[in-house]
Amino acid sequence: MAKRIDVSGLTAYYGSHKAIEDISMTVEPRSVTAFIGPSGCGKSTFLRTLNRMHEVTPGGRVEGKVMLDDENLYGSGVDPVSVRRTVGMVFQRPNPFPTMSIFENVAAGLKLNGSYKKSELADIVERSLKGANLWNEVKDRLNKPGAGLSGGQQQRLCIARAIAVEPDVLLMDEPCSALDPISTLAIEDLIGDLKERFTIVIVTHNMQQAARVSDRTAFFNLAGVGQPGKLIEIDETERIFSNPSVQATEDYISGRFG
Amino acid sequence: MSNATITKNEAGASSLRQARLPRWTLPALVVVSAAAGAGIGTAAGLGNTLQWGLIAAVLFILGSYGLAAAVEGGRQAKDRLATSLVWVCFVLAVVPLVSLIWETVERGKTVLDGYFLNHSMEGVQTILPGGGAYHAIIGTLEQVGIATLIAAPIGLLTAIYLVEYGRGRLAKAVTFFVDVMTGIPSIVAGLFILSFWIIILGFSYSGFAGAMALAILMMPVVVRSTEEMLKLVPNELREASLALGVPKWRTILKVVLPTAVGGITTGVMLAVARIAGESAPIVLLVFGAAGINNNPFDGAQSSLPYYIYEQWQLGNEASFNRAWAAALVLIAFVMILNLVARGIARWKAPKTGR
Amino acid sequence: MKTDIEPTHTPAGTPPRIKARSTGRAGDKIFLALSRGSGIALLVIMAAIAAFLSYRAAIAISKDEANFLTAFEWNTGTEPMKFGIAVLAYGTVISSIIAMAIAVPVAVGIALFISHYAPRRLAAPVAYVIDLLAAVPSIVYGLWGALFLVPHLTGLYTWFDEYLGWTGIFSYQGGAARSLFTVGILLAIMILPIVTSVSREVFRQVPKMHEEAALALGATRWEVVRMAVLPFGRSGIISASMLGLGRALGETMAVATVLSPSYLINASLLDPGGGTFAQNIASHFKEANDNGRDALIASGLVLFVITLLVNGAARMIIARRKEYSGAAA
Repeated sequence: MAKRIDVSGLTAYYGSHKAIEDISMTVEPRSVTAFIGPSGCGKSTFLRTLNRMHEVTPGGRVEGKVMLDDENLYGSGVDPVSVRRTVGMVFQRPNPFPTMSIFENVAAGLKLNGSYKKSELADIVERSLKGANLWNEVKDRLNKPGAGLSGGQQQRLCIARAIAVEPDVLLMDEPCSALDPISTLAIEDLIGDLKERFTIVIVTHNMQQAARVSDRTAFFNLAGVGQPGKLIEIDETERIFSNPSVQATEDYISGRFG
Repeated sequence: MSNATITKNEAGASSLRQARLPRWTLPALVVVSAAAGAGIGTAAGLGNTLQWGLIAAVLFILGSYGLAAAVEGGRQAKDRLATSLVWVCFVLAVVPLVSLIWETVERGKTVLDGYFLNHSMEGVQTILPGGGAYHAIIGTLEQVGIATLIAAPIGLLTAIYLVEYGRGRLAKAVTFFVDVMTGIPSIVAGLFILSFWIIILGFSYSGFAGAMALAILMMPVVVRSTEEMLKLVPNELREASLALGVPKWRTILKVVLPTAVGGITTGVMLAVARIAGESAPIVLLVFGAAGINNNPFDGAQSSLPYYIYEQWQLGNEASFNRAWAAALVLIAFVMILNLVARGIARWKAPKTGR
Repeated sequence: MKTDIEPTHTPAGTPPRIKARSTGRAGDKIFLALSRGSGIALLVIMAAIAAFLSYRAAIAISKDEANFLTAFEWNTGTEPMKFGIAVLAYGTVISSIIAMAIAVPVAVGIALFISHYAPRRLAAPVAYVIDLLAAVPSIVYGLWGALFLVPHLTGLYTWFDEYLGWTGIFSYQGGAARSLFTVGILLAIMILPIVTSVSREVFRQVPKMHEEAALALGATRWEVVRMAVLPFGRSGIISASMLGLGRALGETMAVATVLSPSYLINASLLDPGGGTFAQNIASHFKEANDNGRDALIASGLVLFVITLLVNGAARMIIARRKEYSGAAA
């Protein structure tokens, strides 16, 4: 089910401001691709163009092509709602629905798409929570509000919610930046498991994290304030961190700026 | 959004394509349902446009739901239904407003002129055209002015107490009762002044009695808005001044109030606009007079809301026209206050630290 | 009450400093006394309202030969007085319920329109116009209601009568549509702005991240509203409705101009008749003698208590919501 993403010539705007310019890359299925770069370089914006969340922002619009296997996400007749159903997303801050229980949170996406029997639903919820390494911690309190969990547990709950609908791709926007080191470790382990089944793209500001979890790494940069962000290079993670082909990447990774 | 891809895709889990209604469907549906509403209305002999509109709205909602359900599927249909309903709500709200303003302007302008603004009803036969609202305008200005003189200082000082000093049980009680006071029906404020000032203390009906009732209605509004504004003043400013050894009261007068003055002015003006249109307590307390009475402390007075009510009660064309004209004057007065107040708020906004 | 900058005991210092400090302290004392006095004045006014209304009401009720709560009639002109508030209570409650039933759904719709549906260029002006709607004086609504709305409703009511007349509630005998239902419609228009603006404020506070969570799961716009916006805003909508209800219960002049009153409870909502507390006071005040005025004050006291309860409930819900959202943020 995991799919390949093929981006070509993608440019995104906020109103008249060009946020990212002319990005082309391929994201391999069943692997983890990390986006790194200084803040404001457009890596989160680019991530949000991959499931058409960018256009939710007032004034947001996109030019270019994003192929998911052989379908263009921005082709005519493509429904953004179906796109987001197919390309799941986990956000920077854990955002379980505050009025729903843990169970309802995981089932939220399923309930949108047709009706399930009670037992079916319970099965999927259990499978998703297990998939998110959260089942053992919450199995006795599935009816408690999701907001009562710790930050790391909430984030794993959000991952469970995202994978419950069996997406083809999972996008993660700095999923650990609001978490403590132990929760971060738990999420990183989880990412390693999840890549067996999903194509995973993760934005991170933490280079060690990129080095630990990803197979391939893309480096983004911008020429200056107000300039659009650009893809500098994408390669095997090992190569990027040991022997990048562009000087700017090396400067960034060795901590000379950013 | 696509053009007419009405061919339904296989609902395979991988397909991103969804059959969509072409873009022109909704505008077309608006036209069709409007026409059908009018058609059905005429055919059934329904004399007025209200029913036509309702029929058209129902047709539009059902039509968009049905079309979407047939072409796009249940979820999209529900989404469309919600969107249509929300738009219909919006239209429902705008229609009465437009109608009210239209009627008032249309009918008010027939008699509204310099003469109307300059003359009272003294000696005017009420079933004949003529006369004016000068005495009512004077009454409104005096009553609202006195009410503001009473309510603004008390409201302002109370807000200062609540924000700058209040921490104990008294402050909690005041906060609670300010909320309670906001909800007092205006007629009850009128009854209070009636029982206290006129029945028990034995004073006569006067503009001042009305002004006191208006002041009661105005106070909580001033307290609330001033409180909000004072809370916006950053604490650093207060601390900076106190750290220089400036006494607290001078800090409040010289630092806090000037910072918030724009917002406070706006709040007071909005409160004035609100009480200027109050008619219930006025009807109980000023007694109404046809002639000009410049003294609010002695004898019956009129006021614009009272005048509108009185002219409406007379029940003939000439008095209706005068009522509309007075309504136009009152609305204009209130709207100008509102616009100026909002203008001040916008103009002074950066100074409040935002 | 001590303020922060006042030391509890004066340290021995140089004379000029003490002098400077004591003028400061005198100013502080005066200022504090003034502002606290204003707060106390407000409390005194509230107490006085309750006390004076109760006092006059007690006089009136003691002279009442009928049951104050259950009697229909209102005869205060002659001794012995016979009056009761049953008709007024019924009319006030029914007209307010009709107003709420119309206004709350529409107001929530408009609030959603402004916060989530309208094109951005339209949202701000619409919000502004709705606020201006709140500024229109109630007597002007009354005039418009009596001279424009009433004649335009007869057709609609005939229609109701034709299809729903069998219910009894919606039967209509013709004539001017100066009924409790018309009052309800007018009140609905009048409370629309307050319910809209409070709901809109709450909807605007819905955290963006909850909406994005729903979107990222593949929710349509309506599903986002249902999953993230409405659950978050529910208590806000309730308190907004209660504030609107408080307004509707106490509205006077608009009702007095539109309703054709009587001291009877009419099964049909569309036929003229009935009355409300506030309307009854405004309509009968001029002709009332001393006893009559006291009787009207007694009915006003009942209205006062009812609105206090409704507003108190609304405030409590808002306060609890504030704590909740403060803790969550």
